[in-house]
Amino acid sequence: MTMIQALRSAMDIMLERDDNVVIFGQDVGYFGGVFRVTEGLQAKYGKTRVFDAPISEGGIVGAAVGMGAYGLRPVVEIQFADYFYPATDQIVSEAARLRYRSAGEFIAPLTIRMPSGGGIYGGQTHSQSPEALFTHVSGLRTVMPSNPYDAKGLLIASIECDDPVIFLEPKRLYNGPFDGHHDQPVTPWSKHRLGNVPDGYYTVPLESASIFRPGSDLTVLAYGTMVFVSEVAARESGIDAEIIDLRSLWPVDIDTIVTSVKKTGRCVVLHEATLTSGFGAELTALVQEHCFYHLEAPIERVAGWDTPYPHAHEWAYFPSPQRVARAYRKVMEGSGIQAGSEEA
Amino acid sequence: MTQHTPLRLHVPEPSGRPGHATDFSYLRLAPAGAVRKPPLDTPAIDTTDLAYTLIRVLDDEGNAIGPWADPIPPELLRKGLQAMIKTRIYDARMMIAQRQKKMSFYMLSLGEEAIGTAQILALAKGDMCFPSYRQQNLLIAQGVPLVEMMCQLLSNDQDRLKGRQLPVMYSSREAGFFSISGNLATQFVQAVGWAMASAIKGDTKIASAWIGDGATAAADFQTALTFAHVYQAPVILNVINNQWAISTFQALAGGEATTFAARGIGSGIASLRVDGNDFLAVHAVSRWAAERARSNLGPTLIEWVTYRAGPHSTSDDPSKYRPADDWARFPLGDPIERLKQHLISIGAWSEDEHHRTQKEIEREVIAAQKQAESHGTLATGQTSSVATMFEDVYKDMPWHLRRQRQQLGV
Repeated sequence: MTMIQALRSAMDIMLERDDNVVIFGQDVGYFGGVFRVTEGLQAKYGKTRVFDAPISEGGIVGAAVGMGAYGLRPVVEIQFADYFYPATDQIVSEAARLRYRSAGEFIAPLTIRMPSGGGIYGGQTHSQSPEALFTHVSGLRTVMPSNPYDAKGLLIASIECDDPVIFLEPKRLYNGPFDGHHDQPVTPWSKHRLGNVPDGYYTVPLESASIFRPGSDLTVLAYGTMVFVSEVAARESGIDAEIIDLRSLWPVDIDTIVTSVKKTGRCVVLHEATLTSGFGAELTALVQEHCFYHLEAPIERVAGWDTPYPHAHEWAYFPSPQRVARAYRKVMEGSGIQAGSEEA
Repeated sequence: MTQHTPLRLHVPEPSGRPGHATDFSYLRLAPAGAVRKPPLDTPAIDTTDLAYTLIRVLDDEGNAIGPWADPIPPELLRKGLQAMIKTRIYDARMMIAQRQKKMSFYMLSLGEEAIGTAQILALAKGDMCFPSYRQQNLLIAQGVPLVEMMCQLLSNDQDRLKGRQLPVMYSSREAGFFSISGNLATQFVQAVGWAMASAIKGDTKIASAWIGDGATAAADFQTALTFAHVYQAPVILNVINNQWAISTFQALAGGEATTFAARGIGSGIASLRVDGNDFLAVHAVSRWAAERARSNLGPTLIEWVTYRAGPHSTSDDPSKYRPADDWARFPLGDPIERLKQHLISIGAWSEDEHHRTQKEIEREVIAAQKQAESHGTLATGQTSSVATMFEDVYKDMPWHLRRQRQQLGV
């Protein structure tokens, strides 16, 4: 399956299993969404389970909070993560805090899906990665899959979760494991092991990272698009990176991170979002707090530049395999390991 | 070529300020009994006239007249009057308790007691209200124990909300009272979502949304109207126009030379403008809107015209921005006095009974306060355990909150 098909399969299964699951958002009903993730679901489950919403992100999330209070389990789509800002009050002040402020009397078991990230020539309003704006909020869970198998299992787990979940979908990965080499064709998911997705129900637990590539030289903390970029950078640099795909950003699987960094003694943190106050800052601080005496070198961060996401200069902005490999080499300096000669 | 004078920015101003009396002619009043009652299935657009007038039932002599004068059992009216009296006494006592520093904050509903009280008596068990912060009467009229409400105000160890919320931000699923946010207007669209859920499930329950005139300026208000109209949600959209949002007059929220009910008309929603200090009108119109919603005929927006007789909150001093005698001169009077007058005129109440009821309720409120304070006040620091601060952030406590709780040593 592609990631689109895997996400659709997850929603199909949950609509089938739980009468309280409803799906709505802009263009998600009859048309099936601009990325076609909900295609066919309205025809199968009817207009009261899967329906279109007005262009009002605040209204979509606000209505979902009310539905959650009633006892439904809404799965809403924000068409692009770049469009969630009008819903900020409903996400931050309402969904995230409802359980707390009512001492558990009302909950907001929402899943808010948002295609995120760049690499599609979307410019500054179709390319953002706003995960740090969510990980900073008490009461939210923030999830970002990197592949079809995880996407399906994580989406089912998110829908079943009683906490509000921000589910970020790296849209550049919808159709294949894009590795940052934008001048080369992308392998379709049908030819990748992680495109092998079971038809039936399964979950990938929240708060659990995966060791995407075991290695011994350094630990890479990555998620979404950067997982495949970090993999190709390891191959091209000849550095044996242990790549951790966080999958759940917050609450994060701290044990997997700490175990790996204590083993390798080196750490590179990656994300596509802008650098400053990005989620990488939190990850860097966590590694410092938990692993300081195991570190052999300063932690390196590679991220998007602190500019709005550009249009024509997309590939100068995007953290390339070359930039990632440079960071690998930097943290390996003085280690005696002979790294490959790839230069940016 | 036409010569233009320089443009001028218009900033609305109330007709009265400290030192000069308000001209209440801006209120667009109508005589009691003068406004028609449309059929339940009336198209929204056919309510246009009703959004610019004022539905009233009680005349100046306390007679119930006109098409909205529903036959209401005197017992229900007596219950309503008692609940309003209880709300007023409760408010007065809690205001004093705040001044005594037993709680951090309080908000009175003085002058607005009829609206929530009459509406909740027109709703059914299981319906859900999404209140703003001045609807304590929704709880009191249902007989929610005052001790329970006071423990929330006092943030003591019996506060069901574990000291997490400002006083008056009650929550009671049992009483159909959604957790109050404190962020204005957010609840309006949530109410529509709840009502949509009821329709999705083929339920028979309806939602009731509450907002003040000031917060109608927030985007969530118009969004709620759009969603309510688009999905024909079974919801009552209540706008309490009490003329003041802290120090800003209702004209600054968009009420100048129009009405708040008129916002509904443009959104395709049946809309009515009603005397909010007229218990009989509030009950009749609420019943009409509830029945319309429950009959799958869609939402109704109701502007309740009333007056915020007290300060916005215990942190406010209205004498700085409006005439001190404004409420006494407000043309729609005091809701308690008006219902009392009506009940006496139909022989279902007396001055003596009124006096006796007030005394009984005062005793009840004082006893409740004594009991609530025995569980602590904000001043005594007898709160829920500090460890509870880390609970309910998520369903299950994640590692980082367990760690932080340990760091605090609780």
